[in-house]
Amino acid sequence: MAASLFRTSTRAALRSGASATPRAGFAGLTFARGKATLPDLSYDYGALEPAISGQIMELHHKAHHNTYVNNYNAAVEQLQEAQHKGDISAQIALKPAINFNGGGHLNHTLFWENLAPKSAGGGEPPSGALATAIDNTFGGLDKLQAQINTALAGIQGSGWAWLVKDKQTGQISVRTYANQDPVVGQFQPLLGIDAWEHAYYLQYQNRKAEYFKAIWDVVNWKAVEKRFS
Amino acid sequence: MSQFTLPPLPYAYDALEPVISKQIMEIHHQKHHQTYITNLNAALTAQSTALQSQDVPQLISLQQKIKFNGGGHINHSLFWKNLTPASSPQAKLESAPGIKAAIERKWGSYEAFQKVFSATLLGIQGSGWGWLVANKPKGELEIVTTKDQDPVTGDTPLFGIDMWEHAYYLQYLNNKASYVEGIWKIINWSTAEDRYQNGIEGPAVLKL
Repeated sequence: MAASLFRTSTRAALRSGASATPRAGFAGLTFARGKATLPDLSYDYGALEPAISGQIMELHHKAHHNTYVNNYNAAVEQLQEAQHKGDISAQIALKPAINFNGGGHLNHTLFWENLAPKSAGGGEPPSGALATAIDNTFGGLDKLQAQINTALAGIQGSGWAWLVKDKQTGQISVRTYANQDPVVGQFQPLLGIDAWEHAYYLQYQNRKAEYFKAIWDVVNWKAVEKRFS
Repeated sequence: MSQFTLPPLPYAYDALEPVISKQIMEIHHQKHHQTYITNLNAALTAQSTALQSQDVPQLISLQQKIKFNGGGHINHSLFWKNLTPASSPQAKLESAPGIKAAIERKWGSYEAFQKVFSATLLGIQGSGWGWLVANKPKGELEIVTTKDQDPVTGDTPLFGIDMWEHAYYLQYLNNKASYVEGIWKIINWSTAEDRYQNGIEGPAVLKL
């Protein structure tokens, strides 16, 4: 489960707090001195053009994602203090900040990994068991893409659309999540598309359907296959 | 049935510069606001059909669309009117003597109120709005937030600040604190006072 692994990683990282070297946890989450850190992208900011501009990628990663990381760390610090004091109401009051900022950190970390430049396989259709599951469930990749694009277009406000795997049944399905709510619990995240306006506005403005169409050129299905298996 | 149409702005697209750029105002009004109206009209037409055929599940399934797009239409219509060029007399707090007194009663000073309101705006997680509302005409003030396009209901909205990223991103990028800082210069206090004195039934009633 993503959330418990996330927490475990935090604790593990806290235990090894003396280490200054960032260490990898779930979904490429990295920690240094017990703090969550901004993960590096495995490609250049401009590498996803023309689907996503270099300017968007740079702001999205260095400014937006980094803010979630900083605010998550601040919230966790407050949480530890509240736990130390046994202050239950303070711990409960911190839940929205941890959900929002921890979710923002998780979602963006997964998102960067499930994108890739065309030169590194971005847009190349899935194969193997995932391809079979997509065919069986949706009737083909194009139908899945259409379903995700409809889900994205229907988000009222900020949020994400995910291809998820049901941990109980193994079935895959498309689900939307509001704001930075992460995919946790019954479902495992396979592929996420960010429908926040900051993800596309500088390039596409209100024409978000064009962004939803273009992003398939840089989806890294290999990463999705890895999560699926 | 009658259809809602896009209300014209009470000022030019570039009139709120430098706080809000002409480009933002054009896209925000002509594209975003228009889309809410288009989708509201479509949902209401579908509702009317569903009513005629007594299709209750369909009527219920349309409610969220009506809330979102109707809310988007209401919120933006209120927003345009509660902004004004910084150089206009309406942009001065003195145009709102009733609100000014109520603010000082509740928060001690305008500066203290502004600080609380700004922090509330910056604390919104996701898309939404921050509002100064009154519980009744000439009543007590409160700062509230509504998520996505939920409109203020029950209380009287005096003015609203759009915290959707589309409201500021082309100009301020991720620096939404600068947008919030700037918007205080273009609040139409005269409109806000009118809403405060008369409620939404008064002369400033929102004609959609």
